[in-house]
Amino acid sequence: MWKPLLFVCSVLATLLMWGSDQPAVRVAPTDSVGPRTLEKETATAVVRDYLQAWQSLSGALDQNRPDLLNRDFVGTAKEKLTDTIQEQAKLGIQTRYQDGKHEIRLVFYSPEGLSIQLVDTVEYDVQLIDHEKLQTTQHVRARYVAVLTPTEVQWKVRVFQAESE
Amino acid sequence: MKAKLIFWLGVIWVASTQLAMAQINLRLPKTVEAGVAFSIQTAGSGKAVLYIVGPAQVLRRDVELGETTSFAAGDLHNAGHYLVVLVGSSSTENGAFDVTSAHQPTALSFIAKPSRLPVDLHDGISGVAYVFDTFQNLVMQPTQVSFHLAGVAGAPQTRTVPTHNGLAWTKMDSASKEGAAQFVAQVGNVSDTRVIQQVPGDPCRLRMNVRPSGQRLALETEPVRDCSGNAVPDGTIVTFTEMYIGGEATVDVPLKRGIARTEMPAYKGATISVATGVVMGNEIHWGKE
Repeated sequence: MWKPLLFVCSVLATLLMWGSDQPAVRVAPTDSVGPRTLEKETATAVVRDYLQAWQSLSGALDQNRPDLLNRDFVGTAKEKLTDTIQEQAKLGIQTRYQDGKHEIRLVFYSPEGLSIQLVDTVEYDVQLIDHEKLQTTQHVRARYVAVLTPTEVQWKVRVFQAESE
Repeated sequence: MKAKLIFWLGVIWVASTQLAMAQINLRLPKTVEAGVAFSIQTAGSGKAVLYIVGPAQVLRRDVELGETTSFAAGDLHNAGHYLVVLVGSSSTENGAFDVTSAHQPTALSFIAKPSRLPVDLHDGISGVAYVFDTFQNLVMQPTQVSFHLAGVAGAPQTRTVPTHNGLAWTKMDSASKEGAAQFVAQVGNVSDTRVIQQVPGDPCRLRMNVRPSGQRLALETEPVRDCSGNAVPDGTIVTFTEMYIGGEATVDVPLKRGIARTEMPAYKGATISVATGVVMGNEIHWGKE
């Protein structure tokens, strides 16, 4: 009697966990960001592109496809994630990152407008899959520091680093 | 009956948890400095697989439970938050720890703008320095960055700024004299230099003289300088305009060795003016009607 009930509960929990695509996002007021004045449109674009980068990261690490990083990452961040994906592929591992909640604070907009730094307290779930076998699902809360730089049409993540809270 | 069942299920769950904990036990460091050797202690017996997983790096090791698993210097070198998963034959245990950037900065990413600007501009030059360790991690521990701007003229400017979230920034004034300046950002033994060209500003004062040259007028400016006394670059266009009864003549002349020269027709009663950019010079009224 208990076993089917437990199974149904775990399936429901999994569905709830992985079913919603859109994370909850809260952005702190950007009035005091400087030293360059941050226009509302710029702040909106930066947050949009940063959240999009999480989607790219998720797909790339899940499918072990570094090419999925190209749209949203450059420089060191892209190199490090690419290395992780190559290592995962070598080991037969996949990781699924599902971001559930972001609390984003834009902290620095450089005087010449060539970089923006943000701090994100993010909650996400990670699934570790080794040779098609799910090994664990973990809920994580971490503080990420990201530096984004502008390209022709969007902001791309150049530094992406988690820190202890 | 139902209460008993729930009680015994609870007992079984607690017992199984305790048993699993007894079988596998992870002892993790709270934080590890990037690139530094560390170890993970497990309890129990038998074989297991140890995973260290993060977006920045992933490691997988076959381990013997009850033994210490050592990771050599450089094995885990990317700063970040890592999950640790130990999968045994009958149970799985999870943990987490952080890898922090190395304390010693070894690289700077220094952005100085603009590369060329007029002299005597307050806060006209900006410098932003991102500080990295040897593994290209942003060094999050506050670190003093020294910014130094020195050129051919004027007193050097130095500012020391602590990093916040791995970056430090400053603004500097351009010198009052034209020329190249070295803009240096330094942290510890690491430095990065950018060259800033300081060029003369807009002309400050424009004055011309006139003298007859046969049937024409020879017009010549005095040396054109900016407000700090720097010669305005050759090639800067100076416009001479002559207005006379029945017409107007305009001549554009580039500065050559700081002076613009030209000739224009000598109309009696003509008014000749000179200008460059938004700066107007003097006017001369030639002869009488």
